Amino acid sequence: MDMRTTYMGMKLKHPIIASASPLSEEVDNIKRMEDAGASAVVMFSLFEEQLRHESAALEHFMSYGTNSYAEALSYFPAVEEYHAGPERYLDILRRASESVDIPIIGSLNGITDEGWIDYAKNMEQAGARGIELNIYYIPADINISGQEVERRYVDIAKHVKASVSIPVAFKLSAYFSSVGHLAKQLDEAGVDALVLFNRFWQPDFDIEQREIVHSLDLSRSGQIRLRLLWIALLYGRVKASLGATTGVYSHVEVVKYLMAGADAVMTTSALLKHGISFLTTLHDQLKQWMQENEYGSVAQMKGSMSQQHVANPTAYERANYIKILESYKSTYAL
Amino acid sequence: MTTQHIIFDGNEAAAYVAYKTNEVCAIYPITPSSTMGELADQWTTEGRKNIWDNVPVVVEMQSEGGAAGAVHGALQTGALSTTFTASQGLLLMIPNMYKIAGELTSTVFHVAARSLATQGLSIFGDHSDVMAVRSTGFALLASGSVQEAHDLALVAQATTLEARIPFVHFFDGFRTSHEVNKITLLSDDDIMAMIPDDLVLAHRARGLNPDHPFIRGTAQNPDVYFQGRETVNSFYRDTPGIVQAKMDQFTSLTGRRYSLFEYHGHPEAERVIVIMGSGAETVRETVDFLQQSGDKVGVAQVRLYRPFSAEHFMQVLPATTKAIAVLDRSKDPAANGEPLYVDVVTALSEALSDGNLPWAALPRVVGGRYGLSSKEFTPAMVKGIYEELSNSAPKNHFTIGIQDDLTHTSLDYDPEFVIEPDTTVRAMFFGLGADGTVSANKNSIKIIGEDPRFYAQGYFVYDSKKSGSQTVSHLRFGPEPIRSTYLVQSANFIGCHQFNFLESADVLARAAPGATFLLNSPHGPDKVWETLPRVVQQQIIDKQLSLYVIDAYKVARDAGMGTRINTIMQTCFFAVSNVLPRDEAIAKIKDTIRKTYLKKGEEVVRKNFQAVDETLANLHAVTIPTQAASSITRREIVPANAPDFVRNVTALMMDGRGDELPVSMLPNDGTYPSGTAAWEKRNISMFVPVWEPDICIQCGNCGLVCPHSVIRSKFYDKSSLKSAPSSFKSAALSGRGFPDVYYTLQVYVEDCTGCTLCVEVCPAKSKEKSGVKAINMRPKDPDLEPERNNIAFFQDLPDNDRGRIDFSTVRGVQYLQPLFEFSGACAGCGETPYLKLLSQLFGDRLLIANATGCSSIYGGNLPTTPWAVNQEGRGPVWSNSLFEDNAEFGLGFQLTAEKHRAVAYQLLQEMRSTLGADFVDDILSATQDEESEIRAQRARVNELKQRLDKLNDETATRLLSLADQLVRRSVWLVGGDGWAYDIGAGGLDHVLSMDRDVNVLVLDTEVYSNTGGQMSKSTPLAAVAKFAVGGKIVGKKDLALQAISYGHVYVARVALGANPQQTLLAFREAETFKGPSLILAYSPCIAHGINMEHGLRQQKLAVESGYWPLMRYNPDLRRDERNPFMLDSPRPTIPLKDYAYKELRYDILRRTNPDQADLLMKLAQENVNLKWRVYEEMATRGDPQYHFAKPN
Repeated sequence: MDMRTTYMGMKLKHPIIASASPLSEEVDNIKRMEDAGASAVVMFSLFEEQLRHESAALEHFMSYGTNSYAEALSYFPAVEEYHAGPERYLDILRRASESVDIPIIGSLNGITDEGWIDYAKNMEQAGARGIELNIYYIPADINISGQEVERRYVDIAKHVKASVSIPVAFKLSAYFSSVGHLAKQLDEAGVDALVLFNRFWQPDFDIEQREIVHSLDLSRSGQIRLRLLWIALLYGRVKASLGATTGVYSHVEVVKYLMAGADAVMTTSALLKHGISFLTTLHDQLKQWMQENEYGSVAQMKGSMSQQHVANPTAYERANYIKILESYKSTYAL
Repeated sequence: MTTQHIIFDGNEAAAYVAYKTNEVCAIYPITPSSTMGELADQWTTEGRKNIWDNVPVVVEMQSEGGAAGAVHGALQTGALSTTFTASQGLLLMIPNMYKIAGELTSTVFHVAARSLATQGLSIFGDHSDVMAVRSTGFALLASGSVQEAHDLALVAQATTLEARIPFVHFFDGFRTSHEVNKITLLSDDDIMAMIPDDLVLAHRARGLNPDHPFIRGTAQNPDVYFQGRETVNSFYRDTPGIVQAKMDQFTSLTGRRYSLFEYHGHPEAERVIVIMGSGAETVRETVDFLQQSGDKVGVAQVRLYRPFSAEHFMQVLPATTKAIAVLDRSKDPAANGEPLYVDVVTALSEALSDGNLPWAALPRVVGGRYGLSSKEFTPAMVKGIYEELSNSAPKNHFTIGIQDDLTHTSLDYDPEFVIEPDTTVRAMFFGLGADGTVSANKNSIKIIGEDPRFYAQGYFVYDSKKSGSQTVSHLRFGPEPIRSTYLVQSANFIGCHQFNFLESADVLARAAPGATFLLNSPHGPDKVWETLPRVVQQQIIDKQLSLYVIDAYKVARDAGMGTRINTIMQTCFFAVSNVLPRDEAIAKIKDTIRKTYLKKGEEVVRKNFQAVDETLANLHAVTIPTQAASSITRREIVPANAPDFVRNVTALMMDGRGDELPVSMLPNDGTYPSGTAAWEKRNISMFVPVWEPDICIQCGNCGLVCPHSVIRSKFYDKSSLKSAPSSFKSAALSGRGFPDVYYTLQVYVEDCTGCTLCVEVCPAKSKEKSGVKAINMRPKDPDLEPERNNIAFFQDLPDNDRGRIDFSTVRGVQYLQPLFEFSGACAGCGETPYLKLLSQLFGDRLLIANATGCSSIYGGNLPTTPWAVNQEGRGPVWSNSLFEDNAEFGLGFQLTAEKHRAVAYQLLQEMRSTLGADFVDDILSATQDEESEIRAQRARVNELKQRLDKLNDETATRLLSLADQLVRRSVWLVGGDGWAYDIGAGGLDHVLSMDRDVNVLVLDTEVYSNTGGQMSKSTPLAAVAKFAVGGKIVGKKDLALQAISYGHVYVARVALGANPQQTLLAFREAETFKGPSLILAYSPCIAHGINMEHGLRQQKLAVESGYWPLMRYNPDLRRDERNPFMLDSPRPTIPLKDYAYKELRYDILRRTNPDQADLLMKLAQENVNLKWRVYEEMATRGDPQYHFAKPN
C-alpha cells in the first residue's frame, strides 16, 4: 500500500498532517505527533500583531510605576533581555525541527510587509521546512474593494516567496467573489500550496451580559463541503499543491478530501477533542479503508472525484444547487 | 590600563565593591539601601563573579535581624560576608553587631544612612542610624560622594581584614545613595591589590572548623568578662593607622587621595567647620568660593569617625584656628551635644588636659545640627555658619536650615547666596512619575556623562503619593567633577513636562536670568502665552527666559506611546539646551533606545524612534510679549473654610513650601489631625466616572471596589431635592415601600485617580447601547464646576442612620460613610478597598495598628492623610509603630481596651447606688455585636457621661475618663505580607496564640510592594520577584492553616473582587468573634504586572483556578461541635496558568527562561491541586470529628 503523497514539494509518508493548533506550542506535543504518525506538523501561528502588542505591553508593565516613588524606583527585577519578539516561537520551531524527522511547517500571520518577510526568514533559519501564510484579515473598512484585498494577498505571497527558499503555502478563506481566480493569481505568484480554507473568528453574543463572546468552536465534519467543492474545482487547474483543512474527524473526511484532489489533509479539532493519539487512529482507519476498497495508493484516489474526473462536471456548479432543492421537494412535499 | 568612567549612583558604587570582595551576602530590603541588595542579587543571576572568580551567594532574609544573623554565621564559618541596610534595619542588627565586633570579625556593613522613626518615620537621609551603632565596636567610615562610596567601600574592606575590626561604611541616604554621578571605576586589579590573599585566608582560618575544633560564644562570669572586654584595645588603637595605610595604598594605585580627617581650605583658616558625609562636599565648594574674597575659612572632613583618632584629628586643624563649628546630621535630644561635637570637644579637652594643645588657647567650639531627613544643606547655610563663627560668642547647639522660633536654636542665613558656576549646565525638570521624566533624565545623564568632555550629576525628588506623583529632576553637566550636594538653585534650563503644574507649583522660581524654558503644552506657539498664569508670564519677562513649546502628548499618541512622553521631552532638551550638538545628541538618544529596547522587542524601538523623529517638527520657539496680561491666577491650595491647621500648616506642605514652616507650627509629639486628605483636591485624572441614574440598579458594587472612596451613596427624602443644584442627579430608591425616598450616587471627581474599577464591576448596562453602563468614564473638565456644586450639596445631605442600614449586604454597605478616603495609593490599589470597608463597618470605634509598608505610607504620609472623621466627630484612630512589631503594638491597644473596660466596670459597680442599679446593669450586660446594639450602648454611655459630668466626685471623674471604653472597641492589626509572613511573623504568631480579641487584616500583595517588589514568604511558586529572578521555587506559606492549627483563631481568606459578599461576611464575623481573628485579603498590586483595571478579574481567576480558595474557619462553630472549616469557593474550574499568565510576574519567566517557567508552573499547579484536596477534605469532615471537650 503506497500512502505517500507530495505536498508543497515535500514527500510525505502519508497525507495526514497535524495543522496549526495550541498543541504545537509545546515541543513534547510535536514529538508525540510524530510518534502518533503525523506526516508533518504545521506549527501554531505566529501573529505579528500580537507580538507587537506584547512587546509594547511588556515594556509598559515592566516600567509602570518606575521612577515615580522614592521607596520603589522599580517593581520588577532588572531583566536585560526577554522574549517579546518571535524568539519563543522560533525557539520551539528550532527545537522541534531538531528533535523530529517529519517536516515542521511554520505558520505566520503578519500585518506589515516587513513582518511577513522578516518572520518568514526567521522561520526558515530556525529550521522550518515550509511556511504556511495564515492570512487573517477582515476588511472592516467598507471603502476597501475586493480587488484591493486580493491585491494585498497576492503581494504578500510574492514578497514572501521572494524572500525565502523554502516552499510557501497560502491558507485562505472562502469569502471571495471568485475564489478560483484568487487561487489562480496566488498560483501564478508562485505559492507552493493552497490550503482551503481557514475559519475566521466570528463574534457571538452573550445576550444576558450583552457582550461579544470570544470563542472558537471546534470544526464540524459538515463543514468539509465548501472545501470539497473548491478543492474539486481547483484540482488540476493550479500547479500548487492543495491542502484540505477543517472538519476531519474520521477517515471518511480524509478520503473525501483526497478524492476531491487534496494532496494533504489537515486536522486540528479532532486532535483537540480526542488527543494527539487520534492521528494513529486516523491513519489506520485510512489504511484499512483503502485496503477494504482495494486502493493501492493515495495517488490512485487523489482527484478521483474532482470536477475534471466526475461523470457530471456540472454537479459542482449551480445546476447542482437547483437539483438539491428539487430533491427536497420530492422528499418532503405533500 | 585605561581609566574607565561610569555613571553610578552611590548604592551601585558601594555595592559594586562589596560584591567583588565578598562570598556571602544576606540582606533585607529597606529604603534607601534596597538597591544595593537588589543589584547584588541581579548580578548573581547574571553570573557576575567576585575577584576570586566565583559568584557570591545572595540571600534575602525575613528581617535585618535575620540578615545580620546569617552574616554573623557566615563570618564565623570563614566566609567573607556583607550586608546592606539603613535606619531601623541597622538598629535591628545591633545585637549581632556587638557580637561580631566582640569576636573581632572582619566584615563591612554598607549603610545608606537614614533618619530613624521618632515623632514620625522618614525614609530620607541623615546620620541618626549610624550614630545609634557607634558603641557596638564597629568602625564607622563615612563617604561624602558617589566616588567616595565606591572607593571607601574598598578601603573599609581592605582594612577590616587586617585590623579585624568590623566596619560600617556609610554614605548619606538619597543624597549620595540615589545621586547619579560620573565616577572612575575601580579595576579588578586595583581591588585585588587591596585585598591580599593572606588576609583572606587568615579570615577563613579563623572560622569554625570541626577539623580544628574550638568554641566561640561562651557565657562568661564576673571573674573574666571585664578583662575579656579589654583584650581588644590594641585593635582599636591600631585601626586608624591601618585605615590611613590602606588609604595611602589606595592613592598609590588610583591617584585618589583620602585621609582619616581631611582638611580643605585656607592654610591659615581661623574659622573651621568639622563635618562628615555629603555635606562636606558643599562646605568644600563654599570654602573655595569664600576664599576668593579673602575669607580665612576651612573645613575638616571626617572620614573615619570610629575609632575616633584625636591624634589625627588635631593634626589637620590649622594652627590659626580660632573657632570651630562641628556639624552633626543627627539629633541626640537628651545629650549635652550631638555625637561628633562631643567627640571633638573631648579631643580638644584631652589635648588641653594633656598639654598637647597646638594652640595657645582652646578654640571656641560650637555644635550644630543640619540636614536631618535630607533637609537641604546649601552654600548659603555654610556661609551663615561661618558668619556665626565670626561672632565673639557664636551660638552653640544651633540648627541651620530651619526656623526655630520656639527655642531659637536656628541661625539666620541669606538664601539668596548662590555660588553655582556658569561653566555648569543646571537643569530642572518637572514631571509626573507616570510620564517617564526621571527615566529619561537618567538616560540623558548617561548620554552626556559618557562623553569624555563632560561630568554629569543627577538627583531626583519624588513626592509622597503613589498615584499622580510629581517628580523634580535636578541635573548638572560640566567640564569639572560635580560636587554640589544640594538641589539646583539657579537653573539655566527648566523643563515643565505637565502644563497644569504651572497652576499648582512655582516652576520658574529657580530659573536663572536668561534661562531656557521648555513647556509641554497642548497649546501651540501662537496660543500658549495667553493660557499661562500671570505670575508665570511675569517671571518669563522679568528673567528674560526663552520659551519653547511642544505638544508632547500629541506626539506620543501619534507614535503609539500613550502617555509616555519621556523620549519626546528628552529630545527637546537636547534640541534646545545645546549641551551637545543636536544631531550628535539625537543619534545618541536613538542609540540608547536601540540598546535599551532591542532585546525587548522591536515594536518599542520603532515607536520611540518615531517619537524622536517627530519631535523636532513639533517643537516651537515662542515669541515673548513685553507685558504680562493674563488674568489666570494660581489656584488656592485649600479653601478658606479649611481648619486652621490645614490652612496654616498642611497647605504649605501641599504647596511644596513645608521647608518654610517654623518649629512652632509643628506638633511636638507627632500628633496630626485626621482626615486632611479631603482638603487636597489633586485632580490627577482627566477622565472620571459619570453616573447614569436611569440605568443604575443601586447595587453598591462600584462604591465597594473604589480604592479611593470617590464613589458615595446616600438615600434621602425627596423633599431634600428642592434646594439641589440643577445638575444634581438622583433616582427613586429601588425597592418597595419607599415612595418618597431618593437615591444619589455621587462621584468625588477631583479625588478620582481614573482607575476604572467602578466601570469594570458595574453589572448594569444600557438596553440600547451595550457598551454603556450605569457608570462610565468621561472627560472630567466639562463637568468639573457643576460637580463641585453637586458634591457640596451631597455632603450636606444627612448621613444615613447606621441603625437603619443593612450591614450584611453590599447594597446596604454603600450607605455607610467611608472614613478612609482619597489616599495617595496607586490608582486601582487592591488594598485600599478593604481598609475603606473596615472604616465603613466599624469606623466610629476603630483602632488601627498599621505595620510599616504601603498601607502606612498611603495611610499616614504627610502632608495629607486619609483616615477621616464622621459627622458625629468620631472616626478611626490610626498609628504606625514599626514594621516588625505591629502585632504586638496592636495587642497593646487591645490590652488597654480590656483593662480600661474592666476598670470602668469596677467603677460602675462602685457607683451603682448613685447611678441606679438598673442603669448600671443595662450597661454592663449589653450585647454589642450588631450595630443597633452598639448604637444603643452608645446612647447609654452618652447618658452616663452626662450624669457623671454633673457629679462632683472623684470616682465619677475617673469613670468619665473611661466611659467611652464601655462601647466595644474594634482593634485591627493591619499590614502587608512582608509584615505578616516575614518580619512580623513571630509576633503575629504569638499574638494569635493568645486568646485576645484582636483582628488581623493582612493585605496580601504577595510581595514587598512599598520597597519595590522584593520576594516575601507570601510570594507564590513560579512568580518572579526581586530575589526570585528565576521564579520562586518554593510555595507560599499557608498562613491560614498555620493559624487554624491553634484551633481558637477565626481565619478567613477573602478576595473582594471574587466574592464581595463573602468578604463582607468574613469582616463582620471576625469583628464579632471574641478572640483573635485573621483575614487574608487578596490584594492586586502594580507589582503583579497587571493593568490595574483588571484587578477584580484577576481576583476572580485566582479563586476559579483554586489558587486562592475562599474559606472561613470559625471556632464558634467548633464550640458547637460543628465543622468550623467552610470552603466558600467552588472546585477549580480553570488551570492555574489561565490565571497566572495574565500577570507579568509569572509571564516574564516564560520570556526569560521558558523551560524553568514550564517546570515551575507544573509544580505550582500540583501545589494548587494538593492544597485544594487538603481544604476540601477539611471542609467535608463530619461534625463528629469536632466533638471537643468544651473550654471552660
